[in-house]
Amino acid sequence: MQLTNRAKQVSSKEMTLAERIYLPAIVTGLGITIKHFFKKKVTIQYPEQKRYLGPVFRGQHVLKRDEQGRERCTACGLCAVACPAEAISMVAEEREKGEEKLYREEKYAAVYEINMLRCIFCGLCEEACPKQAIYLRHDIFVPVFTERDNVIYGKDKLVENMNDRYLRTAWTKEEALHQDINDLTPQPRIQL
Amino acid sequence: MLEAGFIIKSLIILALFGLTLLIATYSTYAERKVAAFLQDRLGPNRAGPWGLLQPIADAGKMFFKEDFIPSQASKWLFIAGPCLSMLTALMATAVVPFGDSVKYTTGPNQILTVPVQPIDVNIGVLYIFGVVSLGVYGLMIGGWASNNKFSLLGAIRAASQNISYEIPMGLSMIAILMMTGSLSMGEIVSQQHGGNWNIFYQPLGFIIFITCAFAECNRTPFDLPECETELIGGYHTEYSSMKLGFYLFSEYINMFVSSAVISNLFFGGYNYPFMDSVHQFLTNNLGAIAGHNVATLIGTVVLFGKIFFFIFFFMWVRWTLPRFRYDQLMNLGWKGLIPLAMLNIVLTGGAILFLKPLITALLK
Repeated sequence: MQLTNRAKQVSSKEMTLAERIYLPAIVTGLGITIKHFFKKKVTIQYPEQKRYLGPVFRGQHVLKRDEQGRERCTACGLCAVACPAEAISMVAEEREKGEEKLYREEKYAAVYEINMLRCIFCGLCEEACPKQAIYLRHDIFVPVFTERDNVIYGKDKLVENMNDRYLRTAWTKEEALHQDINDLTPQPRIQL
Repeated sequence: MLEAGFIIKSLIILALFGLTLLIATYSTYAERKVAAFLQDRLGPNRAGPWGLLQPIADAGKMFFKEDFIPSQASKWLFIAGPCLSMLTALMATAVVPFGDSVKYTTGPNQILTVPVQPIDVNIGVLYIFGVVSLGVYGLMIGGWASNNKFSLLGAIRAASQNISYEIPMGLSMIAILMMTGSLSMGEIVSQQHGGNWNIFYQPLGFIIFITCAFAECNRTPFDLPECETELIGGYHTEYSSMKLGFYLFSEYINMFVSSAVISNLFFGGYNYPFMDSVHQFLTNNLGAIAGHNVATLIGTVVLFGKIFFFIFFFMWVRWTLPRFRYDQLMNLGWKGLIPLAMLNIVLTGGAILFLKPLITALLK
């Protein structure tokens, strides 16, 4: 089976004089390397320059709200069960009367914590969630820790800000595959 | 008026010494930059603008590293190795002419001319060869004193390689000496006045000489004494801190020296085409003394341009060619270059004997 067209038949015939002198080959080689010398460099100077990593890159978590600004999470614990690194923990509470504007479901997560030292950013929580509440953002990296206190992210850091909603062009890998590559306008998640 | 001459000479020597070290320092930076560019990378660019402070950071790192001497090593020889390497590398520039001459007045109608060359000995070429062949002792002693089999293998390779390649190097030089009839570097350079460079008469000699220069500097494709893949680090496996720094640094000084020697022997040194008309123009406009000095300065700049090109060429070749196998190296040296260099001598002799009178007769 031929994988590429670059395979060459090995020949054991005697080398020509030009091949034995080796200088023509050296000159050709020097020509190739000097071409690379003047080529545009492909390096991305990382901390200053960042490139777009695609709509389904798995960065920092976000706990989504719905269109009315209610928290989607119902504290079912499926994300915590799905998590292979056991990074997620939560405390569930029942919704009181008058809190319907805050929480969509009758049960909500009073405490929702992710240990970012444990998290491996696999995205299984996202797939396990039946309420489409947790997502891994494509635009924010979890920053480097210098203190142990900064490691555990609570609801204060995770819940979506309604003034600066988290949107992206595709919400699943399938959507990302089918979307127009040049269309980068963020779309809200379709309501279920 | 000996004192003024002495001061000028000392200034020239000090300036060239400083310049040699500076160029060697920035060669390390250039090497990394050239390597990166040839491989589509950017190279060091974090220390200072464009990474220009990188060599200083490297040297600082070298100074603060632990200076380790193996317990089984021969302590004094271990220290002497890098010192000798550095010393011989620095000594070689002493006879290399870096410009024409500086003129200054010492009194009414008294003009003194000082050549821009530390010392113009009449055996300059021999001196360079002698010093360069001493250089191998640095590697030998270092490798031997480390008491490590890899170091010893590297040292043996270095010794045999340098000795083997000195022969064709010397033989290719003989053809030049036959043409110029002098061993003095200053004389050889001044005979290549204008565009009358030796490269046009000795292309074969030049190829032999530059190949041997690569081998003498232990640069790729002849870097078998180091040869990381086989010998870890070769002769400097056991070295650390500034002793290692000296070994690496002396390699870059050697590169500078051989670039300077190649430019002087084959590419006319400070000579460039139409230099006489430039000299004429400058002396007419600036006066005899100032004009001459400015012309000398231009010649020196031209020479350094040639030297930088050859330093770049050394790096360019390093990042193009893979290392030779040891038997290939020896075959090339003994069976390839030595007969070729001898052939070159015969051809040059024949040309001097028959071609030269023929051409002069035809021109008449």
